[in-house]
Amino acid sequence: MQVLFDDGHAWLGIHAQILFASGADLMHQIAMIVCLFLLTAGLGGGASVPAAQARDGWPTPPTALDERPQVSGPLQGGTADHHKFDELSGPFANGSEVTQACLGCHTETGQHFMKNIHWTWSYKNPDTGQQLGKRYLINNFCTNARGNEGMCAQCHAGYGWKDETFDFTDETKIDCLVCHETTGTYYKTPNSPGNAACSVMFEGRPPIDLVAAAKSVQLPQRANCGTCHFNGGGGDNVKHGDLSSALKEPPRTLDVHMGVDGLNFACTACHITNKHIWAGSRYRVISKDRQGTGKPGMRTDVATCESCHGLAPHQVDSLAHFKLNDHVQSLACETCHIPEFARGGVATIVDWDWRTSGKTHDGEGYHEEGYIQGNGEHRYTYKSIKGNFTYDENVIPEYAWFDGQMRYTTIDTQFDPNAEVIEINGFSGSREDPNSRIWPFKRMHTWQPYDKGRGTLVYTSLWGEDSTAYWGNYDMNAAIAKGMADFGLEYSGEYGFIQTLSWWPITHMVAPKEDALDCHECHQPKGSRMASVEGIYLPGRDHNRWLDILGTLLVGGTLAGIIIHSLIRIFSPQGARH
Amino acid sequence: MATNRVKIFSLFERFWHWAQMLLILVLLITGFGLHGFHHLISFRAAVTLHTSAALLLLLLWAFSVFWLFTTRTWRHFIPTWQGMWGVFRYYSYGIFRGERHPYRKAYWRKHNPLQALAYLMLKIVLFPAIWITGIAYLFYFAWRDLPHAPAWLDGIAQVHTAAAFLILTFVFIHVYMLTTGHSFREHLMPMIDGFDEVDLTPEEEAYLRKDQPEDIL
Repeated sequence: MQVLFDDGHAWLGIHAQILFASGADLMHQIAMIVCLFLLTAGLGGGASVPAAQARDGWPTPPTALDERPQVSGPLQGGTADHHKFDELSGPFANGSEVTQACLGCHTETGQHFMKNIHWTWSYKNPDTGQQLGKRYLINNFCTNARGNEGMCAQCHAGYGWKDETFDFTDETKIDCLVCHETTGTYYKTPNSPGNAACSVMFEGRPPIDLVAAAKSVQLPQRANCGTCHFNGGGGDNVKHGDLSSALKEPPRTLDVHMGVDGLNFACTACHITNKHIWAGSRYRVISKDRQGTGKPGMRTDVATCESCHGLAPHQVDSLAHFKLNDHVQSLACETCHIPEFARGGVATIVDWDWRTSGKTHDGEGYHEEGYIQGNGEHRYTYKSIKGNFTYDENVIPEYAWFDGQMRYTTIDTQFDPNAEVIEINGFSGSREDPNSRIWPFKRMHTWQPYDKGRGTLVYTSLWGEDSTAYWGNYDMNAAIAKGMADFGLEYSGEYGFIQTLSWWPITHMVAPKEDALDCHECHQPKGSRMASVEGIYLPGRDHNRWLDILGTLLVGGTLAGIIIHSLIRIFSPQGARH
Repeated sequence: MATNRVKIFSLFERFWHWAQMLLILVLLITGFGLHGFHHLISFRAAVTLHTSAALLLLLLWAFSVFWLFTTRTWRHFIPTWQGMWGVFRYYSYGIFRGERHPYRKAYWRKHNPLQALAYLMLKIVLFPAIWITGIAYLFYFAWRDLPHAPAWLDGIAQVHTAAAFLILTFVFIHVYMLTTGHSFREHLMPMIDGFDEVDLTPEEEAYLRKDQPEDIL
């Protein structure tokens, strides 16, 4: 390949080699690209690093942190500088006009994009046939986006979805900037005004410089994805527990892949993209990847650990590592390599109680701060519009066999109205199932409204300008009646609160290997992390009580016998000699 | 019949014995640690040591089996009832009366009948029980997908643990036995320098003096 370029283009030659190398896998490519970048930064008289900034351990590239681009997967370097495009010189009246400028060159992107879940908010599970997606589902945070799109669809990658009239075939309504702009000044506001009590929160923000935003476009940075994904459930790290604002500029100790003093991966380094379809679904998780890295050019469809690290991820240089490679059969990588989630100083909500919502001071909603998280920020523990929250940080996950398949309790699911707990998303898995492995989960517990008469979950109208929207009016019965009626759904008229659980597979905040779980965290009789995991014999955890008692008696009895025997020998007159 | 100091444990046997002792000690300590009975060493270090010691012991045993059969010394371990009662009676009664141990070592019988039986049982029952289950355990990754593998592993682990308890019991009795009869030192020395008091027939003595003079004092 190098032959094709003269000396002046050696750099390009190296790049080309990397991109088309037949033997190197993706990791090598990324590592080499990082190295090459550092090399050039160093040659170019790049920043020298203060000693305190250099940390121990691999990889610790010696460079100023903010000068390094995030690594976004196979697409590296770029071929165009959007600052130079006349099409982006504006002026733009609104975001949609920017999108039209984008589509002027990226002619196929609109059609690609409108198929992905960021646009459709809809996912039909091919295995269970369940209609999933934010557009339809009930969750146990703010409970439902459906009917509340005026607020919730701020995180729809489009412009103007506030009700059922939104045109999902209009590509000019795609929001390119939210994912691609890098000025950090872009923001979105609700698509409908909502109750006056709520809309004040979104007033008085500086106007967006759309031209600057449009010219700044890059492959998505962590902060782009984080705009929504770090704030799922209504606030920083509320929903996932392993996705928080701490990951915008994380240290390597918080996330070994995204760490700015480490690999500095953008989200798309793993969530690789093909025609604007991303790898990595939590509706249908690849719980056990059997293919590993694949050959160059292959495997652009998964975000599994194995797709980079292979099927025998621990370098076999010791017996312990050999044994760890066995563990891969039964354990998701995350189980050992994410010892705790909600690290990095940002808490997650683990318990939400809607029963206490609706309290007002003189008819006005209010909120209370009651939790100071690791980074010093105060978090609300009560909001009139939502109820009480319980936070947790540095959380030890729950562990269970998981076959990758989530089964949801949807708006259509009928259950026993007297049931104690309903799983929003249940899952199964077992030692016998070849697709199952033991995974870590965040467990979310909520008391939330439901139709007590019919035994179903409910759509609640939270956001709106009328007198039924719960946020501002605080009448739960009216809000449910409206939320259900809007979609032609039956409501008995009698609501109650029911306990719900949701399960969140933990995949981010992968710790450096030196911080991975130690063997004894699972292999111990008491306090094993695997205490509740069935279907395995776990050395150190599992014992046959009777065998241990008999064995101890045998050994103890032998010692006692020896002592008695020797005492008799000592004290019997003739025995003393022998 | 005359009693002579004769080399009854060759260099290999002595090496075998002490290497085996060391490895079994490591295996017992790490094994009971893995089982959760103590926390003297980390689980990872215990696994590494336990596995390494087990593999070394298997190698040692492979050599010892070869040695036993090529040198015909396996015959020392053929069980016999002859003299058994005397030994039993000695340990349960005579020892307290200051009697002399009834067994006389012979050149082709260096263990007393109780010893021979105990060592034979160790060799053909306890050791195979622990190494067969140990290997099955070690190679779990190769058969983990067979039906009911975890239940089998559970059973295997229990046989392994039971054998470990029995071997620990053997170790205690074995060491205690050194204090009986002669002095502890006298029992120990043959396994160090190889020489012990042995009753030799005139023919044996004549043979040794002529053909293996270095083996008889």
